[in-house]
Amino acid sequence: MPTISVNKRQLFEALGKNYSNEEFDELCFEFGVELDEDTTEEALKTGEEPELKIEIGANRYDLLCIEGIAQALNEFLGNAEAPEYKLSKPTTKLIIEEPTTQIRSYASAAILRNVTFTEANYASFISLQDKLHSNLCRNRTLVAIGTHDLDTIKGPFHYRAEKPTDIKFVPLNQSKEYNGAELIELYKQPEQKNNLGRFVHIIEDSPVFPVIYDDDNVVCSLPPLINSDHSKISLDTKNIFIEITATDKTKSEVVLDQIVAMFSRYCEDQFTVEPVEIVSEHNNQSRTTPNFNARTMDIKVDYINSCLGLTLTPVEIAANLKKMSLKATPSSDDKNILHVEIPITRTDILHPCDIMEDAAIGYGYNNLPKGNQLSNANFVASPLPINKISDILRIASSQASWLEVLPLTLCSHDENFKFLRIQDDNTKAVKLANPKTLEYQVVRTSLLPGILKTVKENRKHSLPIKVFETGDVVFKNDKLERRAFNQRHWAAIYVGKTASFEIIQGLLGKIMQTFRTQWLPDYGSGSSGRGYWITKDDSLTTYFPGRGAKIMFRHKDGEEAKEIGHIGVLHPEVMSNFDIPYAGSYVEIDCEAFL
Amino acid sequence: MSDIQLEILQKVDKLGQIDSTSELYPDIDSQTMAAYLNSLKSHDKIDFSKKDTIFYTLTKEGDDIVSNGSHEVKLLKLIEQFGKLQIKEVANHLGANGKVGQARAFKNGWIVKTPENELKVSEKVADVNQVEDQTKEQLEKIRQNNLSGINDKDIADLKKRKLITPRKETTFKVVKGKDFSTELTKLETDITAEMVASGSYKDLKFKDFNFNSQGIDPQSGALHPLNKVREEFRQIFFSMGFTEMPSNQYVESGFWNFDTLYVPQQHPARDLQDTFYLKDPIRCDLPTDREYIANIKAVHENGKFDSIGYRYDWNEEECQRLVLRTHTTAISAAMLHKLAEDPKPTRLFSIDRVFRNEAVDATHLAEFHQVEGVLADYNITLGDLIQFMEDFFAKMGVTGLRFKPTYNPYTEPSLEIYSWHEGLGKWVEIGNSGMFRPEMLESMGLPKDMRVLGWGLSLERPTMIKYKVQNIRELLGHKVSLDFIESNPAARLDEDLYE
Repeated sequence: MPTISVNKRQLFEALGKNYSNEEFDELCFEFGVELDEDTTEEALKTGEEPELKIEIGANRYDLLCIEGIAQALNEFLGNAEAPEYKLSKPTTKLIIEEPTTQIRSYASAAILRNVTFTEANYASFISLQDKLHSNLCRNRTLVAIGTHDLDTIKGPFHYRAEKPTDIKFVPLNQSKEYNGAELIELYKQPEQKNNLGRFVHIIEDSPVFPVIYDDDNVVCSLPPLINSDHSKISLDTKNIFIEITATDKTKSEVVLDQIVAMFSRYCEDQFTVEPVEIVSEHNNQSRTTPNFNARTMDIKVDYINSCLGLTLTPVEIAANLKKMSLKATPSSDDKNILHVEIPITRTDILHPCDIMEDAAIGYGYNNLPKGNQLSNANFVASPLPINKISDILRIASSQASWLEVLPLTLCSHDENFKFLRIQDDNTKAVKLANPKTLEYQVVRTSLLPGILKTVKENRKHSLPIKVFETGDVVFKNDKLERRAFNQRHWAAIYVGKTASFEIIQGLLGKIMQTFRTQWLPDYGSGSSGRGYWITKDDSLTTYFPGRGAKIMFRHKDGEEAKEIGHIGVLHPEVMSNFDIPYAGSYVEIDCEAFL
Repeated sequence: MSDIQLEILQKVDKLGQIDSTSELYPDIDSQTMAAYLNSLKSHDKIDFSKKDTIFYTLTKEGDDIVSNGSHEVKLLKLIEQFGKLQIKEVANHLGANGKVGQARAFKNGWIVKTPENELKVSEKVADVNQVEDQTKEQLEKIRQNNLSGINDKDIADLKKRKLITPRKETTFKVVKGKDFSTELTKLETDITAEMVASGSYKDLKFKDFNFNSQGIDPQSGALHPLNKVREEFRQIFFSMGFTEMPSNQYVESGFWNFDTLYVPQQHPARDLQDTFYLKDPIRCDLPTDREYIANIKAVHENGKFDSIGYRYDWNEEECQRLVLRTHTTAISAAMLHKLAEDPKPTRLFSIDRVFRNEAVDATHLAEFHQVEGVLADYNITLGDLIQFMEDFFAKMGVTGLRFKPTYNPYTEPSLEIYSWHEGLGKWVEIGNSGMFRPEMLESMGLPKDMRVLGWGLSLERPTMIKYKVQNIRELLGHKVSLDFIESNPAARLDEDLYE
């Protein structure tokens, strides 16, 4: 969720009240934003103006600046009416040329006339663009915003896609002219790494770059990277040309709507926006932007009441919606219908349920009557069968004096293979594409790496160290929808001055006994009944040669025995690989055998 | 009984008491003596009291003064010999001790200083061989262990001048106890099977128990603290009629993890920054229910089931990318899709691992546990959700909840759950909840009047708050201390730790 900083004094002035911390916290809570931090104390030391850091919902782009928060809260408090946004007549055009489809297909534009900037609202204007760029615009990949001093350029404007070297201009805050290719190099410098360098990848590899020209072929901007220095805005700018380029048309309109909704309040003719004719013949996207034709949604009164457990009248619901910037009018021909006008700022409203939520917030979540509509049907609860098996194993192991550990599921490739003296044949382990650290490269296929890491971290613990884990490992399987599945395993280790195989062997016996499974002598040949035995298996390279065995389990009389795990003395190299200066024995089985 | 103990008893018998054990047994150190006496006392043979005496021994310098006189006398005699002595010459004759001697001689009024910085014998001294060498006399007395006439100030002064060092000597005074005799019956330490069988315990004397002590730790195993809390949650769910979901599926498709939950394909949660994508295997199949897929596409792209949709080009291939699930809600989605085959009121839960591609720190791990509940029922209300949350959290002793509007892509309304935390003195978020979006449920084929409540919380966070664990790595993963696991008490969520 985005967090924005607003000037505390300015916000409280806009709200017409000097809130105490508790009061403001309460207001935020009821409205559904979160007061993260109040810098008043810090500000006393630094001499700066106190700020409020407010966390807002990731779908409320209209709250990304102080203008929007103040407006929304004032409406919530009943201090203000929703603004009525108006369009004047278009005076210019933005002509989109076909080659732009190769790189960034969509563009829209608008003009704000006779704006009065102050230091505060100018800073907010810049900051809103930053917030939109990093949130809704997905770091400019989906949408990029350019704002220009209209009095330095003249329409109609042209949106083209050109060879990088053909685009030449002085970029914002630079003193010399660069071509597009040189700009890429400029912004790839290390000092730009956390700044414009972050956006280079969006167009770097394209044969053509998007560029916006004015009618005199003056470059306005090279989206999504940089505006030209020529048309830059300042505190003195009166008329602002806003251009939006995008790969996602819906989001481009949302962004344009939010900017003009927030800042048309500073126009001489308040809340009036001058639209721009967009000419985009090649893809049938010619239109005039922004479009303020009010979106409406009809919502059923009984739907809202039924969801909220209330019996409100249409008028009461409308009053609650008004607090949330929604203008609801009861239908003249159906008492059950409310016509709801959705302002351009509320792009988060997609479905009647979003209006239903606003009705609930307007009413107050904490004022809602507690419900009693739940079915009294007799629900019969049951555990997941494999979890039941796990619990039997966990309790038996702890009763046998082993400690339960809970290592992570993700581990490095070496920990899962090389350190265990196992070759990766690429048939088993699921591998991660984008881990942030080498600690997490694969999903474990055995519980051993985590157990050994736990022993390593606890090697100062008194000996012997006896720990166990019941947890999931993951294997690939091409035949499944998700191409991989979990398998529940149980494993236990004994670590001490000696490997003491017989101790871990004894624990296995105890566990098998818990599942009504007797040890069968002579490798199971003495009986055809249920039971288990272990048999030497030198292919288990994690164990010391000659001291590793597979565990065989015969489920019931006459059935074929199957291998359910392995047991043995851990190879000293394995112990060394995990920096454990002791000897150890280990057992691991697939719990699903007991389902 | 040792010979010494017997001897002590005999001595006490003969003398009535022993005034000082250290005089009688100078070679036995006081600790050993105390052990002998304690053992005798435990049989009530004797009683004893302890007396600490401080003795002083002379240092090498102290010894020298006793033999050759104090520095002040030495200086006095020297001045007498020369008649006068330049102050700066003192050190040449007497070394570092000259200064000490000079100061003492002045203090005693034996010498005076001339205006030429020379020392000469004071007129008050009649005969330098007759002056009283107090330092030497005191040291001589101390050497003989005779402190009469030497006050504490003198002792402190001598100690400060490093002429004597203190030594503590402990001695015991021994008197007869209430069962005094010169013979000792052995005290039994424990009742044996033989004593029980023969009845011999009746004639035996037993040692006193020391109850001011702890026993021997039993050899024991232990369950992991986090799993103990998990079990508490499971029991709460079971008690409320919830069945455990098959959450044992870490690998998920983008489809189940995101698209079914109405998370648009450009949503930041789907970023490489936040989600682990797989490179082997890379992509997967989609479910065979093509109608469901078509519904998902419609809902995302242009809207369906009363939604206007997100209005973007929905890409089926993006759904087929495999991820490690970022929430167990991916499993809930599959379960709800299955519920559509036979829709009826249902209660489901899971507590299992989820994965986030996050930088690890004190409060974040790349994997943690999510507790999730799902409740489907006909025509239920937001008030039902609120009431149910109160009932659910009351089972773990958390009451007085407040609900804050929030945003989740797949629930609307969405409510964050807060409770007042006495220990922290503030409202803390304890979970997230909401009603699943109708277009998500209708896409699955669930009837319009079936509403589904969902809520979730992490398992680690309440555990950390409750048990004051500061670092999540001390709770989950290989860095957890085995001592912590061994000594962790039973998890009782209903137990108020802030009383």
